[in-house]
Amino acid sequence: MSYISKPRFHHPQLEKNALGYVRRDYEGTLTTLCGGCGHDSISAAIIHAVHAMSLAPHRIAKVSGIGCSSKIPSYFLSKSHGFNSVHGRMPSVATGANLANRELLYLGISGDGDTASIGLGQFCHIVRRRINMLYIVANNGAYGLTKGQLSATADLGSRTKFGEESQFDNIDLVSLAIDLGASFVARSFSGDKDQLVPLIQAGLSHRGFAMIDVVSPCVTFNNTPHSTHGYKNAWENSVMLSEIDFVPMREEITASYDAGKDHEITLHDGSVIHLHKTSEGYDPSKRESALRHLNACKSEGRIATGLLYINQLQSDFHELSDSVDKPFNSLNEHDLCPGAEVLEDINETFM
Amino acid sequence: MSSSCPAPGASRRTSRKQSGVNDFVVKFANVNGSGSASANNLFAKAIFRMGIPVSPHNIFPSNIQGLPTWYEVRVNERGYLGRREGVDLMVAINEQTIARDIESVLADGYVLYDSSKPLRPLRKDLNFLPIPLRDICLREFEHPGQRQLFQNIVYVGALAAFLAIDFEILTGMISQQFRGKEKLILPNVHALELGYQYAKDHFDCPLPIRLEASDRARGKILMDGNTAIGLGCVYGGATIASWYPLTPSTSVVDSFGKYCKRLRIDPGTGKRKFAIVQAEDELAAIGIAIGAGWNGARAFTASSGPGVSLMQEFLGLAYFAEVPVVLFNIQRVGPSTGMPTRTQQGDLLTCAFASHGDTRQILLFPSTPRECFEFAAASFDIAERLQTPVIVMSDLELGMNEHLCEPLAWDDSRRYDRGKLLDAEALDELESFGRYADVDGDGIPWRTLPGAHPDKGSYFTRGSSHNAMAAYTEDGDVHAEVMDRLARKFANAPQHLPEPELETAGQRYGMIHFGSTASAIAEVRDALAQQGIVLDTLRIRSFPFHEEVSRFIEAHECVYVVEQNRDAQMKSLLQIECKAANYEKLRPILSYNGVAISAEHIEAAILQDQPSLAQLASA
Repeated sequence: MSYISKPRFHHPQLEKNALGYVRRDYEGTLTTLCGGCGHDSISAAIIHAVHAMSLAPHRIAKVSGIGCSSKIPSYFLSKSHGFNSVHGRMPSVATGANLANRELLYLGISGDGDTASIGLGQFCHIVRRRINMLYIVANNGAYGLTKGQLSATADLGSRTKFGEESQFDNIDLVSLAIDLGASFVARSFSGDKDQLVPLIQAGLSHRGFAMIDVVSPCVTFNNTPHSTHGYKNAWENSVMLSEIDFVPMREEITASYDAGKDHEITLHDGSVIHLHKTSEGYDPSKRESALRHLNACKSEGRIATGLLYINQLQSDFHELSDSVDKPFNSLNEHDLCPGAEVLEDINETFM
Repeated sequence: MSSSCPAPGASRRTSRKQSGVNDFVVKFANVNGSGSASANNLFAKAIFRMGIPVSPHNIFPSNIQGLPTWYEVRVNERGYLGRREGVDLMVAINEQTIARDIESVLADGYVLYDSSKPLRPLRKDLNFLPIPLRDICLREFEHPGQRQLFQNIVYVGALAAFLAIDFEILTGMISQQFRGKEKLILPNVHALELGYQYAKDHFDCPLPIRLEASDRARGKILMDGNTAIGLGCVYGGATIASWYPLTPSTSVVDSFGKYCKRLRIDPGTGKRKFAIVQAEDELAAIGIAIGAGWNGARAFTASSGPGVSLMQEFLGLAYFAEVPVVLFNIQRVGPSTGMPTRTQQGDLLTCAFASHGDTRQILLFPSTPRECFEFAAASFDIAERLQTPVIVMSDLELGMNEHLCEPLAWDDSRRYDRGKLLDAEALDELESFGRYADVDGDGIPWRTLPGAHPDKGSYFTRGSSHNAMAAYTEDGDVHAEVMDRLARKFANAPQHLPEPELETAGQRYGMIHFGSTASAIAEVRDALAQQGIVLDTLRIRSFPFHEEVSRFIEAHECVYVVEQNRDAQMKSLLQIECKAANYEKLRPILSYNGVAISAEHIEAAILQDQPSLAQLASA
């Protein structure tokens, strides 16, 4: 824990958003992670994204598992409720929370150990259940809190600070999510704020299960030149699928785009994602495009980033199970209890 | 003293000479998957409809087709509805088990069997009732499926003649069962008549063991505990059920879903005021319920031993982070996979202290389907009031068998107790909010829900140690303060829990029991009283225990603790919790062979203990 309390003092002319909140209103407690940790950049990107979208912080619920990654919900959105649950089980807690109140935005934060090892089963099943949320994996290929063991996302041959080499094939969470039916799948890099911020905004606006796998280097244990999750590799070997802009409400588009390489995707809430300079022939609404691209990059030892797949028409869990519009947690005995008279009729069927 | 368990169905040739009119046991030995269940159920329900107290027990395999299954029906005018040892009439249909089944019949008892195949008479002290079931059906029915299925209905028809079942009740039930499928009524009634007529023509009917209409069961219901729990969840305001299929808990969620589809559809939109998630495992099942409870919806999961073991880590989180959630544990025989389709009260200790560290959980012990309903509905109030998991401890015997009980009741003026929950208005009035602050001195803090207020009431829920403001801490003293407050909360908990049920008359000896064992207790008391041993009894209905439990132990020279497990788990709990409960004073009466405990078993164990008890008293 941090023994230094975070100063609340800020510049009097900080920019206010449509709700009158400044960036500070979206911050959390002081980080306790190592200096230079990629996860702190993810926190910063979340704060930036949510402030710019003018989201009311109390309408967001943060959920996480266990590990360095899962600590970060403390470091942003302190006006939001958060739930730091048990290792690998964030997806089930997020599912329950979402079922209880469909009106809030759910932001899940997990790590590669939390999602790809102990929680792989829960991850697969929350994807299948189509829970409406944004699921961010802060992926550094290593276990930080237990001092540097390799995780299941470490690429074959990748080496940690201690020289330990990954002897097994990695689990690629992005391919897995696409395969299991996630309707918004992206990968990014914690150091690339220009890409990460609009992806977070789009992911929060997307209705259905959105997942962003963020390569987020562990500066202490897995940031060597031989690590595929280090800063060097991420900067040098990322393949950005397209440039991305997020427009919260339909605004006039003034720039001119190359029709063949640009995509405009309108989300359920009316906001728009613009993808520019997309690789030739790539269609982000096609799973096959995404999987082909991912495989091609992997075979070259490169990291595919960007919005890889999106299906903005898929129904979420509540639609599939035909839930009432009103949140379950606001229903009272008048809504829920059938009463004594009905019970008498039921008794009769057992006489 | 610990008493041994006779094997189920062990030979007991001594007739108790108690059987007679409205007092006997009929047992059906079938092959599972042969359609016998609905016929046997028809038999039991017809007796119930004659107003006679009846208790049916399914003794079934963990299998879908081809293995032996038994259905035991006890009829008792006095209302003793626990299992009774010994069989008066065996319907021996299963060739795999027929020798052993015949062995288990009391002397002078009866054996109804299919005489289409020869049977070597195995015992001379029994009365055999041969009926050519297969031949009758081959002759009367054409469809191969009907030829098999109706053999079951034919024997029910024959039993109607042997035992004097009101035939009109039987035909009425057939008509009711097949309403909308009228084509099936006629052949079913025909099959009943075939059996009835054959028995009339070939034997002296009725037999000395037979039925006479009564009013002892009038106005009561015959229901299984799991159905009642599902209904209790509907009435108690549960909106979310998350679960993983596991015998014998599966029918809890089945029942909840069935009644929700009828009673929880919004009339305006046709949409559902409930959601059911079949999770990938029990870890996810309870995780979902906890996530929902944290976010203010009433949620539950249902499971049994193996699933409850998997839920341990999450139960510890919900205890420590103080999240309301309800778990129905329909106990079965462990350890490990054990006997999945047999009954036990074997999860007491593992549930009372579920999870690592100093934890403690609220347990409720229903004894009847009516209590299953009441406790299920109340469990959500208790979980929200105390902000902690509530584990309702049923078992297979109570959950999956039908029991006679008073009709379910609901008071329309009842309101859900959401506990200490601060809404936006309440938060507006507050200067500061500490999620884990003991504002009222009862150990129960106030909580808020996500999204309630723009600026106030947000906090970070965590399983790591925290202070009164919900902030992370590694300060040992702060941690200890929270642990002490949790202990206070649990010390204050009994006032919100079902109190023990006492039947006392200042006797020297007492008996403590709980859960499904209750159905045998009245019979034990009466039988012992006839032999000059009068016992006070106390039925535990919840844990942590009420003060009355301790006082009861204190007030008696010795207290028998009746439970269905090997290690006397309730006795252990009592010793941990009650000062007066010393090792010698509490005397365990145990049963753990997977069948429901019988009055005879308890009575024999107490009688056997009397000499050593006398020795103890004189020492």
